Amino acid sequence: MKIRSIFYNAGQGAKNIVRNKMFSLASIATMSACIFIFGVFFSIVLNFSYILRNVETNVGITVFFNEDVDQAGIDRIGSEISSQTDMVKEMRYVSADEAWASFSAKYFSGNEEAAEGWRNNNDNPLANSAHFEVYPNNIEQQDKLVSYIQGLDGVRQVNQSEQASTTLSTMNRLIATISIIIILVLLVVSAFLINNTVTVGINVRKEEIAIQKLIGATNAFVRLPFILEGILIGLIGAAIPLIIIYFVYNKAVSYILSRFSVLSSFMNGLLPVNSVYRILLPVGLILGVGIALIGSLAAIHKHLKV
Amino acid sequence: MITFDNVTKIYEKGQNPAIDHVSLNIEKGEFVFIVGNSGSGKTTMIELMLKELSPTSGKITINGHNLNRMRSSKIAKYRRGLGVVFQDFRLLKDRNVYENVAFAQRVIEKPNRIIKKRVPEVLTLVGLATKYRSYPSELSGGEQQRVALARALVNRPDILLADEPTGNLDPKNSAEIMELLEEINMRGTTVVVVTHNREIVNKMKKRVIRLRKGVIVSDEQEGGYIED
Repeated sequence: MKIRSIFYNAGQGAKNIVRNKMFSLASIATMSACIFIFGVFFSIVLNFSYILRNVETNVGITVFFNEDVDQAGIDRIGSEISSQTDMVKEMRYVSADEAWASFSAKYFSGNEEAAEGWRNNNDNPLANSAHFEVYPNNIEQQDKLVSYIQGLDGVRQVNQSEQASTTLSTMNRLIATISIIIILVLLVVSAFLINNTVTVGINVRKEEIAIQKLIGATNAFVRLPFILEGILIGLIGAAIPLIIIYFVYNKAVSYILSRFSVLSSFMNGLLPVNSVYRILLPVGLILGVGIALIGSLAAIHKHLKV
Repeated sequence: MITFDNVTKIYEKGQNPAIDHVSLNIEKGEFVFIVGNSGSGKTTMIELMLKELSPTSGKITINGHNLNRMRSSKIAKYRRGLGVVFQDFRLLKDRNVYENVAFAQRVIEKPNRIIKKRVPEVLTLVGLATKYRSYPSELSGGEQQRVALARALVNRPDILLADEPTGNLDPKNSAEIMELLEEINMRGTTVVVVTHNREIVNKMKKRVIRLRKGVIVSDEQEGGYIED
């Protein structure tokens, strides 16, 4: 197929869209709704993953030891935990003195006398609070890692932020699942509508197709305008919501951060729009064009016997 | 150029053949009428030549192509060597005269510079050079058939097939179209006209092949129209 024929047929495809205005608009609107919802859920899932990653790096497991465990025992526990390289990303030893320093800095800041009162003759009130802070590779491995550490000799107690991690990963999975279901339903509806639009186009141009065949048009030449019509609908249908989301995203993020200040103070905020669009833009366009292509090819296969 | 060798076409089992053991040979540059009443098999002959139908038995060879063995992927290229005109013109109503003719060249992917040269040439030949911007609805029946002829000729076919080209035209326009077909034939194109227009057949004194119920009942040089 020559380049000039592709341009000519692209023009014919565009004319088909204009000729079947109502069907084309319905197809573009459905495709736009589909890609819009996809874009919104995709942004949510991506930000949730981002938050989860932040939680994973900020929330660790705290491992306390039995009172009779000496430094050699602590070192042994440390090396046994750090040997689990598939689960452990990072670990840090916090001595009793460091634990007290951190505690007093947090609760007795500017009131050192009260802190000294607590120490009572230089005895560390947190003498049994030496511990390891262990950070898992990802939050879903936390339970497994906790079970492993609890089984080690000399370990008194393991604290974990189980609820936070479970809730976050469950919500992330839930949102991903719901969005996949909604998107799949909308994609099927879009493909069906594009199929209808192209079928109407084929019926309207039956006479022209018959003439084309009689005067020597190849099958590819006859089919191309309908394929390009589908691609054009997909492209327009995907571009509209992607442009809208691009401009609305920053406003939505500012609003969410103003309502949930914990996100900005503790979780490094949300992802910038450019980070989201690095994936959303190509995926959205490919999805729109791909679904449109499937819809138009199905119509051509069924109604355009050349 | 066109050879039918014992060709039979049966549409459905048990039915009478539309074409029954037909053999004929049309040489390059000939002008031939195929005549007969409704149901005599005239249109089936044209459809077989266009490879819209395949024969039930027998062999068809056109322009060096054995149509029986032709793969579907080769049909488009084969049809580029044929021009075809119909009784109902089959013009594209949403395109003007120029675009209707250019359409035949775009379909076979001719470059624009060729289209810009050939379309005015062929519109001049059919006498419509000044009406290139008109739409089919603005033209008379005769003019519409001229556009259809121009479209059939623009790719310089070796063979022109015309299925009842004067069927929708008055006697004056019919005569003009036939004059045009004769001129096209004089320039070297083989012309096959399917018709039941007695006046033009009798007037033109060309070869006439007469069909009745799918069988050739006469084949005469400088023949006339004989009613069944």
